[in-house]
Amino acid sequence: MSSTFRALLGATALCAVGSAAVAQDNTTLTIATVNNGDMIRMQSLTADFTEKNPGITLEWVTLEENILRERVTTDIATNGGQYDVLTIGTYEVPIWARQDWLSPLTDLPEDYDVDDLVPAVREALSVDGTLYAAPFYAESAMVMYRTDLAEAAGVTIPDNPTWTDIKTAAEAMTDKDNEVYGICLRGKPGWGENMAFLTAMANSYGARWFDTEWTPQFDSPEWQETLTDYLTLMNEYGPPGASSNGFNENLSLFQQGKCGMWIDATVAASFVTDPEDSTVADSVGFAQFPNKEGVDNHGNWLWAWNLAIPASSQKQDAAKTFVAWATSKDYTNIVAEAEGWRAAPPGTRTSLYENAEYQEAAPFAAQTLEAINAANTQKASVQDIPYTGGQFVAIPEFQGIGTAVGQTFSAALAGQMSAEDALAAAQSTTAREMARAGYPK
Amino acid sequence: MARVASTRAKVGYTVAAWIVALVIFFPILYTIITSLKTEQEAIAGFNLIPSFTLSSFEAVQSQNNYWRPFTNSVILAVGSTLLALVVAIPAAWAMAFSPTKNTRGILMWMLSTKMMPAVAVLVPIYLIFLRTGLMDTRIGLTVMLMLINLPIVVWMLYTYFREIPGEILEAARMDGASLRDEILYVLTPMAVPGIASTMLLNVILAWNEAFWTIQLTTTNAAPLSAFIASFSSPQGLFWAKLSAASVMAIAPILIMGWFSQKQLVRGLTFGAVK
Repeated sequence: MSSTFRALLGATALCAVGSAAVAQDNTTLTIATVNNGDMIRMQSLTADFTEKNPGITLEWVTLEENILRERVTTDIATNGGQYDVLTIGTYEVPIWARQDWLSPLTDLPEDYDVDDLVPAVREALSVDGTLYAAPFYAESAMVMYRTDLAEAAGVTIPDNPTWTDIKTAAEAMTDKDNEVYGICLRGKPGWGENMAFLTAMANSYGARWFDTEWTPQFDSPEWQETLTDYLTLMNEYGPPGASSNGFNENLSLFQQGKCGMWIDATVAASFVTDPEDSTVADSVGFAQFPNKEGVDNHGNWLWAWNLAIPASSQKQDAAKTFVAWATSKDYTNIVAEAEGWRAAPPGTRTSLYENAEYQEAAPFAAQTLEAINAANTQKASVQDIPYTGGQFVAIPEFQGIGTAVGQTFSAALAGQMSAEDALAAAQSTTAREMARAGYPK
Repeated sequence: MARVASTRAKVGYTVAAWIVALVIFFPILYTIITSLKTEQEAIAGFNLIPSFTLSSFEAVQSQNNYWRPFTNSVILAVGSTLLALVVAIPAAWAMAFSPTKNTRGILMWMLSTKMMPAVAVLVPIYLIFLRTGLMDTRIGLTVMLMLINLPIVVWMLYTYFREIPGEILEAARMDGASLRDEILYVLTPMAVPGIASTMLLNVILAWNEAFWTIQLTTTNAAPLSAFIASFSSPQGLFWAKLSAASVMAIAPILIMGWFSQKQLVRGLTFGAVK
């Protein structure tokens, strides 16, 4: 027995020795990212960066969005320092910055030109005037519609449509016998799926998630109107099985010519006008996110993917150098040179939208910029609200609450409950979760 | 008459077995089918006939080098299994041939560690890995995988050893065999089938482990579970690519399982009523 025991002790000692010495010649940055098209492209274009910064090696870790969040929160909470640069969304930036989990992006290099960042995006990524993340991709939402179907149906969609215009057009374009549906909208439950759209739609109806005392407002007439109109649109003019349609499913439907209109993220514009994937590429028109008559609010949808530096990183300077490079004007030129102007990272820099070559390559550029600039994430509703965020509420509890509410609304769309019941369920779920989380704080 | 009935029953059982097997295998089959579709086809709805394109596999390989996580998976699965055997064989031997009144309790206690959700000990383990420099190392993860599978390995070997008559070991001892000789030259050869099936099962468990292998790695030690996780995308179409990555990740273990199914079935059923 004793000889076996000794062997075991030896093995344990070997393990300890083997892991002790890990020497490094230069700085290695570990970049944690989601599988986002723009980030994947960046990985293949880093030669320029490593040429300019020979002492820095880049290591990429690509993870699924939820796993990434889990890993990063564990790492930051334990001060692990496993990651030097993170990809995070607009939702996390203000929450994490307030927790002191992110390093402020102050003294960026001079040629970075912070003022060139699209103002609405910059504001969404700042807390008390300090920038905490640099955007490499940003989007708002807008209406994409089939110009040929609209013409055939004899309807015009104005540049700034109201929800009544949308309903009229949806009715006119619907031709269920030929599998053409007037309108496609998100129905799949999730805080980033149907609730992103429905929160923006509610904003444009003058509704709000919470009053200034953090009391949920699903019992308000504005929310009632929002949900009733959404259900009417989808039940009468939408595709079958819409309660399981998210961004991807609707993109596929639109590209196959089955949707008259689709209201979703502006990034979709480049996909639906891409002749390689879309059968309707040459007949797509764009309009701003609709509003309700008399309400001056276009939904305030704003989402950006950003690079941030966790406070736990031991390589702050090198990380900042990389973040500045990856979100610079020069990087945009590198992408354009390698893959054409259509591939340039959208929504982040005003100079891109002033570039004639980009305007020519991306016919949706002007509308995209207008939509992004119209988004006010500091005050998303026309009523008084205690929170920030556009198509979401920027509090840590929103992921859970938003998804739970999304499930009831999706069930209403599937016909499993009425609009009234869904709103009542949303109200009680939200009230309970907020009380549990200790609001009002 | 009896023969006809039994043939009919046989056919019935065979058909039923095939149906059950197909139902169980279907998710994997559909993953394989989806990996051979274009992204558009993959999202278009249920369809069993793909266009047999390999573009998703190309995209997956060009985006993320397969061989690095593959090598890590092999090292982790094989390494943790061998390490587990080194610890488990003496433990199972002691409990099978010199049981005390506490043996049953110890066995249950070992198994009870499997009943706790892994996430409950995430933060302590994470901190231990950080402080000892084991984070994102193959050695750290090998030890971790060995530890989480150890209860199962000990249990399996214990059940198998108990089938070996203690008299044979006694006879060896009478002939002057030392403890080491007894385990190495008498017990182990007799237990080879059991050890082999335990090894196979443990390799599969370690290969498929997807909690610790993702939580405790970043780049250097990340195995195929992390490779799959990297193909889920927050936007754009990715089902075909995700399926292709999954097929690439499970193919080696599937093939290994195919060739060793006899041992596996034996390993999974012994200990049951015989």
